[in-house]
Amino acid sequence: MTVPRMRFTFWKAVFLVIMVAGIYCTFVRFFRGLGASTNLSDQFPWGLWIGFDVMCGVMLAAGGFTLTAAVEIFNIKRFHSIVRPTILTAFLGYLLVCAALMYDLGLPWNIWHPLVMRNPHSVMFEVAYCVMLYTTVLALEFSPIVLEHFHLHRALKIVRSVMVVFVILGVLLSTLHQSSLGTLYLIMPNKLHPFWYSPLLPVFFFLSAISVGLAMTIFESSMSSKYFGREIELPILRDLGRVLVVVLALYGILKFEDLYHRHVLGLVFVSGYEQRFFLLEIFLSVLIPLGMLLVPKIRESAQGLYLAAVLCLLGFVTNRLNVAITGVESAVGGRYTPKWTEVVITAMFVALGFAIFGFAAKYLPIFPEEKARVPAMRQPEVVMSEFAVPVHAGD
Amino acid sequence: MSKGILYDATKCIGCKQCEQACATENGLPYDDKIAAQEVTSAHKYTAVLAKDDKFMRKLCMNCDDPACVSVCPVGAMKKTALGPVTYDKGKCMGCRYCMAACPFSVPKYEWEKAIPGVRKCIMCSKRVAEGKQTACAEICPTGATKFGDRDALLEEAKKRIHDNPDTYLHHIFGETEVGGTSVMLLSSIGFNNFGFRNDLTDRALPMYTYQVLSRIPDFIPLFGTMLGGIYWITHRREDVAEAEAKEKEHKGGAR
Repeated sequence: MTVPRMRFTFWKAVFLVIMVAGIYCTFVRFFRGLGASTNLSDQFPWGLWIGFDVMCGVMLAAGGFTLTAAVEIFNIKRFHSIVRPTILTAFLGYLLVCAALMYDLGLPWNIWHPLVMRNPHSVMFEVAYCVMLYTTVLALEFSPIVLEHFHLHRALKIVRSVMVVFVILGVLLSTLHQSSLGTLYLIMPNKLHPFWYSPLLPVFFFLSAISVGLAMTIFESSMSSKYFGREIELPILRDLGRVLVVVLALYGILKFEDLYHRHVLGLVFVSGYEQRFFLLEIFLSVLIPLGMLLVPKIRESAQGLYLAAVLCLLGFVTNRLNVAITGVESAVGGRYTPKWTEVVITAMFVALGFAIFGFAAKYLPIFPEEKARVPAMRQPEVVMSEFAVPVHAGD
Repeated sequence: MSKGILYDATKCIGCKQCEQACATENGLPYDDKIAAQEVTSAHKYTAVLAKDDKFMRKLCMNCDDPACVSVCPVGAMKKTALGPVTYDKGKCMGCRYCMAACPFSVPKYEWEKAIPGVRKCIMCSKRVAEGKQTACAEICPTGATKFGDRDALLEEAKKRIHDNPDTYLHHIFGETEVGGTSVMLLSSIGFNNFGFRNDLTDRALPMYTYQVLSRIPDFIPLFGTMLGGIYWITHRREDVAEAEAKEKEHKGGAR
């Protein structure tokens, strides 16, 4: 039992270091401004905080609506046991996105302005409303977990009786919101590189969100089985892997057709700065995971599924960063690399995400009652989780 | 009547008095060091660029259908009827979408401030509302920067090109770019020499996002009904199965 204890203190130390650095960077950000705390400039008004914390944050939270839609609306019962962790991830994700927005906005205390100063022609206005409403819906979807914990049965009954409405609302808002993050860029036909600028941007963002929702569910189920010593729900993850194959294939075909019809397919074979990032993205997000998951042996194994999911996540994170940063670099004539303070703040939110997830999983009924616990499983998997955390934290 | 500015680079002598007048009008610092900066910034709304013996002015184009106005979630950016595109810091929340969306990269940010705002040329909206010219047009000693009704200025620009076809590039920058702009430019050499893009669309940029956004109100009831319908169907099957199971059990018990 000493090994898990040591691991726990090691990650506690890492967490503490990130938090202390994060508090310092928070001070720099709010007292000395965006100029002192970021490498943002008039050329690059959006950087890591928009590209990762917001765009990837929302995307990584997509498991919530993907799984609730599958279980509650399509009534696929066998996925039921993994819905709660995905709702927790989504709720946490959106809360962290809201918190990260407070850092990125120049005048964060005006964040409520879209409520009363409306411009329905603005995609950002739609995004603001979707974030606000969906975070509220997620809080309600999450509430049964808390109510159950405190044995508030009457409140639980009331919430459950209207849950369908919230589930439908949640799927609707997510669909709008995930796609509208792509719509944001439709107004930049002359700025965003043709690899990424497409009238289909909203569709790509939506399809990739579903892929990420599935990959994230596989990732977090694998992680929590390792971290909490739970038995892995392998049959469920295999099913998710199959669905992921289909969605990735759809995404890949649409991407190919889109590039072909916009006459930029040839650019894929011309060496260049954008081309390298585009190839990295396509191989990580679609080609390698798809190739892996099409092999039954890999698709059936826990490690194979886990690896394919992680690559897929890294690939779509690259995609969002490409849209937000790489794709506009040539047009504005410059390169952007985040300042260390930006990286620390981002790392702080990722660390907070992991920590709060662990905390909630420990004290709230997130996972269904364990049938059989296998303590012997813990030790070898500790090594895996130590490997897994930095992979995610470092992207 | 919508107002506009016509800048004719062939008449410009590069004296930079427009820069000085702009700084004075907007309460910005101005000295030799700032005069030497050939870029616009949060403290310099217009800049005179020099390439050999040719000049060009950079300032907000004050688009007819501006991207910045369309993207602002709180309506801090406004296109006034008279032409100027104005900014209200009291509304702004600092998302900087205007900066990302502007095809000319005009809006600048006060990065060094703890309470920052967007800064840009607002075509002297106060002066224009009072019936006066913009500060830059008023001071211009050669008439290179001319203020007036946009339609009249456009006719004049066409006439100048027609009368002196060898002097001018046959292109009025701002006539059709991104749907037309209140500020229009004439030059004898390509605008790309001064960092203007040649490949700008003639469509107003807000249409690119509006054609998606405008579908959302129709999409919501359709998609909502579809989701509700799927729920209804998938759960109905379950109810039927349950009822049948009960019935069977009941019959089994009766026997």
